[in-house]
Amino acid sequence: MTEPRPPARFAIGNSSDIVTARQAARALSAHLGFGKAHQTRLATAVSELTRNVIQYAGEGSCLIEDLSDDQERVIRISIEDHGPGIPNLPLAMEDGFSTSGGLGAGLPGARRLVDDFHVSSAPGLTRVVIAIRKPA
Amino acid sequence: MRIPILRLDRILLVSIQEDLTDDEAMQFQSDLVNRVAEVEALGVAVDITALDVVDSYMARVINDTASMVRLLGAEVVICGIQPFVAMTLIEMGRDLIGADCAFNLEQGLEMLRARIVHRGDTRFTGDEDD
Repeated sequence: MTEPRPPARFAIGNSSDIVTARQAARALSAHLGFGKAHQTRLATAVSELTRNVIQYAGEGSCLIEDLSDDQERVIRISIEDHGPGIPNLPLAMEDGFSTSGGLGAGLPGARRLVDDFHVSSAPGLTRVVIAIRKPA
Repeated sequence: MRIPILRLDRILLVSIQEDLTDDEAMQFQSDLVNRVAEVEALGVAVDITALDVVDSYMARVINDTASMVRLLGAEVVICGIQPFVAMTLIEMGRDLIGADCAFNLEQGLEMLRARIVHRGDTRFTGDEDD
């Protein structure tokens, strides 16, 4: 197999950073042989989650890692911010719930687009880790 | 980057060719709504064939823009949503795109023409002399 790509970290601070991060996620998934539908799902999930960072915390980061091995192609993306945190996480994971006047599709929508989805949040640190996988 | 808005008689054509930032999407919305009012357009076709990501924000901008344009008095059709974009939008949540859609620009224009004729507006169809 090809050597895994080195991890890439992107600062998220304005709306063009959202575009940069989602394009990088798409480029890596294309490189690893994920199909168009997977590429689009991943890029869209990254777009939703990095926008949350800007909207709720102002700034943060997006780390894109290639964790592929001989058996599996895996992309893990960790999106972090040091904002106020998500006050009611179960509520925020419900469809249609939004504190910002959005469509409320961000978190629950992103969860449905990826294979792994983990979110932890407290004041000062919110981290969402997502991954997509396919057999090598 | 400004998205060019082409005018074909009383129809406006917009083709979004690049991945837009949120700010560019808002700029597009206000440019298009203003242009519709300025030329009193009867119909607008927005081609998004080239967009490979339509997230909930972009979906909302598209929906809002379509509603604004309809409020002014024009018909709107969104053309060329990619199959994988459609799949992703539906997986994320229903009703992210509420506007009328067509496979491509050509069908979108036919649809606009039919709508405009249906509402009895002869300015576009050129039947004034009847």
